[in-house]
Amino acid sequence: MDLTTSYMGLALRNPLIASASPLNGDIDNLRALEDHGAGAVVLPSIFEEQIVAEQREVEARTRVAATGFAEAQSYFPAPDDHGFGAERYLEIVRRAKEAVGIPVIASLNCTTPAGWADYARAIEQAGADAIELNVYFIPADLTMTGDDVERRYVDVLRVVKTATAVPVAVKLGPYFSAMGDMARQLTNAGAGALVLFNRFYQPDIDVATLRLSMEVELSTPAEMRLPLLWIAILHGRVPVSLAASTGVHSADDVFKYLLAGADTVMTTSALLRHGVGHMRTLVDGLTALLAAREIGSLGEIRGRMSQREMRDPTAFERANYINMLQGYHAGRAV
Amino acid sequence: MLTDRPLTDTLDGNTAVAHVAYRVNEVCAIYPITPSSTMAELADEWSAQGLTNIWGNVPVVQEMQSEGGAAGAVHGALQSGALTTTFTASQGLLLMLPNMYKIAGELTATVFHVAARAIATQALSIFGDHNDVMAARPTGFALLSSGSVQEAHDSALIAQAATLEARVPFLHFFDGFRTSHQLDKIEVLSDAQIRAMIRDDLVRAHRARALTPERPVVRGTAHNPDTFFQARETANPYYARVPGIVQSTMDRFAELTGRAYRLFEYAGAPDAERVIVLMGSGAETVRETAAVLQERGERVGVLQVRLYRPFSAEHFLAALPESCRAVAVLEQAKESGAPGEPLYLDVMTTLASAVAAGRRATVPRVVGGRYGLGSKNFNPAQAKAVFDELRKPEPRNGFTVGIDDDVSHTSLTSDPDFTIEREDVVRALFYGLGADGTVGANKNSVKILAEDEGMYAQGYFVYDSHKSGAQTISHLRFGRQPIRAPYLLESANFIACHQAAFLERMDVLRLAVEGGTFLLNTPHGPDEIWDRLPRPVQERIVEKKLRFFVIDATKVATDAGLGGRINTVLQTCFFAIAGVLPRDEAIARIKGAIEKSYSGKGAHVVRKNFEAVDNTLARLYEVRVPAEATSIVELTPVVPRFAPEFVQLVTARMMEGRGDELRVSQLPIDGTWPPGTAAFEKRNVSDIVAVWDPELCVQCGQCGFACPHSVIRAKYYDEDALGGAPAGYKSAPVNARGYPGVRFSLEVYGEDCTGCGICVEVCPVHSPRDPGVKAINLGPKAPMLDASRESIAFFESLPMNDRSRVDFATVRGVQFLEPLFEFSGACAGCGETPYLKVLSQLFGDRLQIANATGCSSIYGGNLPVTPWTVNGEGRGPAWSNSLFEDNAEFGLGFRLAADKHLELAATLLRRLAPDVGDELANAILDAPQERESELRAQRARVDLLKQKLAAMDGEAAHDLLSVADHLVRRSIWIVGGDGWAYDIGYGGLDHVLSTGRDVNVLVLDTEVYSNTGGQASKATPLGAVAKFAAAGKRTARKDLALQAIAYGNVYVAQVAMGANPQQTLLAFREAEAYPGPSLILAYSTCIAHGFDLRYGMQQQDLAAASGYWPLFRFNPVMRTVGERPFLLDSPRPTVSLEKYAYNELRYRSLANTDPDAAKELLAAAQQAVTEKYRQYEELASRGGERFHPETAPVGAAALMN
Repeated sequence: MDLTTSYMGLALRNPLIASASPLNGDIDNLRALEDHGAGAVVLPSIFEEQIVAEQREVEARTRVAATGFAEAQSYFPAPDDHGFGAERYLEIVRRAKEAVGIPVIASLNCTTPAGWADYARAIEQAGADAIELNVYFIPADLTMTGDDVERRYVDVLRVVKTATAVPVAVKLGPYFSAMGDMARQLTNAGAGALVLFNRFYQPDIDVATLRLSMEVELSTPAEMRLPLLWIAILHGRVPVSLAASTGVHSADDVFKYLLAGADTVMTTSALLRHGVGHMRTLVDGLTALLAAREIGSLGEIRGRMSQREMRDPTAFERANYINMLQGYHAGRAV
Repeated sequence: MLTDRPLTDTLDGNTAVAHVAYRVNEVCAIYPITPSSTMAELADEWSAQGLTNIWGNVPVVQEMQSEGGAAGAVHGALQSGALTTTFTASQGLLLMLPNMYKIAGELTATVFHVAARAIATQALSIFGDHNDVMAARPTGFALLSSGSVQEAHDSALIAQAATLEARVPFLHFFDGFRTSHQLDKIEVLSDAQIRAMIRDDLVRAHRARALTPERPVVRGTAHNPDTFFQARETANPYYARVPGIVQSTMDRFAELTGRAYRLFEYAGAPDAERVIVLMGSGAETVRETAAVLQERGERVGVLQVRLYRPFSAEHFLAALPESCRAVAVLEQAKESGAPGEPLYLDVMTTLASAVAAGRRATVPRVVGGRYGLGSKNFNPAQAKAVFDELRKPEPRNGFTVGIDDDVSHTSLTSDPDFTIEREDVVRALFYGLGADGTVGANKNSVKILAEDEGMYAQGYFVYDSHKSGAQTISHLRFGRQPIRAPYLLESANFIACHQAAFLERMDVLRLAVEGGTFLLNTPHGPDEIWDRLPRPVQERIVEKKLRFFVIDATKVATDAGLGGRINTVLQTCFFAIAGVLPRDEAIARIKGAIEKSYSGKGAHVVRKNFEAVDNTLARLYEVRVPAEATSIVELTPVVPRFAPEFVQLVTARMMEGRGDELRVSQLPIDGTWPPGTAAFEKRNVSDIVAVWDPELCVQCGQCGFACPHSVIRAKYYDEDALGGAPAGYKSAPVNARGYPGVRFSLEVYGEDCTGCGICVEVCPVHSPRDPGVKAINLGPKAPMLDASRESIAFFESLPMNDRSRVDFATVRGVQFLEPLFEFSGACAGCGETPYLKVLSQLFGDRLQIANATGCSSIYGGNLPVTPWTVNGEGRGPAWSNSLFEDNAEFGLGFRLAADKHLELAATLLRRLAPDVGDELANAILDAPQERESELRAQRARVDLLKQKLAAMDGEAAHDLLSVADHLVRRSIWIVGGDGWAYDIGYGGLDHVLSTGRDVNVLVLDTEVYSNTGGQASKATPLGAVAKFAAAGKRTARKDLALQAIAYGNVYVAQVAMGANPQQTLLAFREAEAYPGPSLILAYSTCIAHGFDLRYGMQQQDLAAASGYWPLFRFNPVMRTVGERPFLLDSPRPTVSLEKYAYNELRYRSLANTDPDAAKELLAAAQQAVTEKYRQYEELASRGGERFHPETAPVGAAALMN
């Protein structure tokens, strides 16, 4: 069985990628993921904002607070930065590269153009095989236009591409007026892959305390429909790798994404829910599914259910939406 | 790595010494004590980093439980052949003395490095003098003195080389703070130079003398009268050789480095008539002064003593010019009752012996004098005063300089206008706050500028005694010649005031030179600032023709994205306008430094800081100074006019930084100071303060309970009392049933509030309309200051609530008890002080406290003010600090005396019962004294008794009157931190708990030595990083509670106010009521934990919720009522240890720097927590019969029950 796949030029032994999550910050987990068959790993994001905030916090807790009293010139031993700062993340990249043989993709989230470039360069120097841009961005400024938002993504990508030579993936949210055009713009700007989709954490309101609740809800398989749709639409129509992300819990889900046209399939929630050993379940499950259908390689099925390959391309478009809703109601009425 | 240092560097004395000591030793046994702690900290850090000594191995650094322990470990390591050192000062050195006699008696090579510090006498002083070193004179250690950072660096090596050759141990000392903390540009010894000074054959000889079973010997025998004396004399030849060895070592050192030293270094006129002899940094001041006087034609000189013991008369006589007619021996020490201080006696003896032996023709006139005790500034004017005194026909002996002694009239008067400050030296003075980073920025500036070849720099930093809102004054000198001025600036070309509020309460510009530069950080621009300045400030600016600049540093820093850090902005201003370097060159230099510091953090970080520099320059404005002062704003009085006379005359002077001007007669003779003076010091350290919302408040008392600074007070009162209330006075109906017409008010003492925000976080109420609003919130102080003062005055006029009607059992009730501990200078958000405040509320009027040295003795008793105060009856906590190591014993002494005097009082009362009335006598003797109402009743009876006794004649009546106060049950508390309880004072604490006496021990457990800067104690938790545990602590904290429980008759409680204030309250009351020893371990959040203390109470809650700090009480009394004595008050852990621990830098630091170790330690710590909780659960299930049986009460408990 040939599960190998190419992801923005990286050769993966299979399409399953453990996407960015706190799990992947632990080197033991990375080793376990490799042992359990992961094709690649994405490290937790470097957040420029977090680095700056942490550095300020450390400064507030150590040097600034400490220089006003004769008996205590400080309250902590060296080093002064206590390991906070980019170096901590870069060390994870270095250690990950030492620990595993599968490709290591670093994820980056910055707030300033210079930050994107600096950290991307540092990540490359630390040995990452590729970079995933986690452009986590809510355009809450009401004067910002759709063009502005799109330009922001493209500009970030250009800055990073200029700064580094490693392949760069862009992880996107689904909220673009014209996702297809956005995908084209990013491809033209040098993206090696598009990761569909970023799940923006959405706040809830706690009615008891009247506060925002920021608890993270893990994804469910029901959420995979939207990325599935866009992967199916984009497959074969933009010269870029497509990574499916969101809702991958079982080998069936992986199989679906591959059928829609994904080059790789990412999972986080299932690993958080079931542990890193679940990677083995997915890989073995995929192998069994393919074997049962006597499929010898991924190439045979990738994109088989994409819009381009479908006999009825409109199946992915609006007309079908009406049918679905009708069918749903009919089902409930029984 | 230090080994890659350039040849010159800017270091403080501690670092300069540690640099050498670390490299020439194999073992360091350490213990923290100011001002020497930095040396030990550096050794520990370097060892953790794997830095090697000159033999290529990493020295072992071991923290001990006390300096006594450190000396013992040193002794053992030396006896086992390792090159071993230690670092200490003051009381620490005293604790080492017994071992030092042994080490010297056994002719063992070692060097102890001492940052010389005052010994606690009528008061503690952390500052420098030579009294500690003088106490070590008889130990047999050679004493080698250094007078500057460079000398200390060099002598550290000379001492090590000499001790190996001489076999006599050395104590190398330098002035605490003045040298240990002064930043100086020095030439740093290379490892090759160090290597060349240390002879390996001598190292191997040292090892060969070690104890070994291969060549066994017996050492440490006991002698009988037949041989002890002779054996004591065997070592004399070794001591005789020391001066020669030290001088030859110095000569060898000079060949290697070009820096030459003499045992007795003379400088001055070769034909000097008047000579000052002294040791330490003062010698540099006298040398510079003598040089100036010599230029004026005066025949003066100075003899600096380096090798003080063994005292070489031969070398001394050779160094002292024959022409000398008068000698003043200056000492930074005092020996009461002696014919003179030690060096004076040595000099006298030497000269007299020389004349008697015909080696010198005459004895010059020799006088002795004292200077610089407790780091009193010693300046050239004082040195000149001494030279002038020597010119008199009858110079005074036993004089003092630097003070006005109007009692014994010892002091010499110095000319305040005499100064030798060099005009080619730029002198810069900075007034800042501890929290604004001024000191850090100035240290950085000194280092940056001193990097320039041919530029020399000096930095010295003066701090006030508060831990929150502390004022810092930085004294910086820059010049093209080496700077030899170890005294505070006498005049300044540049003065920066980083906090505009200082201008209103002190004369910031006093030292400005004419034509100097003044920089003010203020939100007011160049066109509006002038009219806002107090008149005296304007007058100074005009009179001294100052160039005046303003910058809004907070705004510039915020705009530049520096998060409000003003230090970089103000540092840039200094570089731009102080004139140390041409402006462009200076700016280039600061940018160079930024690039060096931040390049590792990314080019954009460097760019952002560059932008901040450019923005600073663009927004630094010069103010056009009018021809004359026009302001009508005067300086704010330091203390209110109604303050007592002593506060006006003494305390206020100290508060405004003019304590140096106080005369001897103005100060208490025996260290006794009035309580309650903190209330007069309105420090206004925070612009945002707590603001009460009476509409929302549920009157629960949580905010006042948790407030670390006692600024939140509550009273209930009859609504009629509101008749005289100022407009807008905040009040609400009391929300308890059955109190119609009764109102409640919460008062916030805004000028004393530090804005820590703990009250806001513990407030359980959220506004239903805006959940961000609580019943107490932080708001800007300025707009409500006047109204707040009126409100406080009215609040204080309301009657204090009757203690016998207050519910002591609830937090809600306790808020109505007056705190007798208030407005301390503890850190904003301190976790210790709320416990002390509660202690004072519950038992304050009959409380006697023994307080171990540490944070609580500093915020509790560091002058100028005292936070322990009195109630309306004039009663309150009687507080004293003895030492660090003896606090439990000190407190037990209180109990022993109280028990004895109670016994005496009871006996006398029984005898005098017919005279005072049987009914009264019996009522007093039989009175229950547990409830507050019972105590109030007993007080009334005792007051009546005292009235009767006062009117009676007879010895018995007078005697009873002198001890009658003991008939009211006294509450004796022994208070201290974990450094005391777990480490240095543990032996004493254990013993005191074993006595069965009725003492109450409160351990304010911050899990580190907080006061000295966060060194690990045995309470430091597994996995936390602390100084002396730089790689993470590898052992779990000691379970002091279980050890005490093992006695069976000790009441033990573990509390965390933030987790369960009610349980805290219960434990305090049970402990106090228990008629035997009690121990309370109180979890105290601390700045050394590394999180925002605003969330201190929440973090305490997590400590309990994670099972790390379970709450429990072990009450032996419960056995007598058939209950289980051990009660576990907190539930099984509901969150992981990580969830609690990783909120704190002390844990997260290791997770970042060594994730593998952190993971391993966290897992071990979690396991320890789980197991410990299981163990407590098992204890909680035991019946009373399964604990050590209780014994009969001892002392007062037996007498009165």
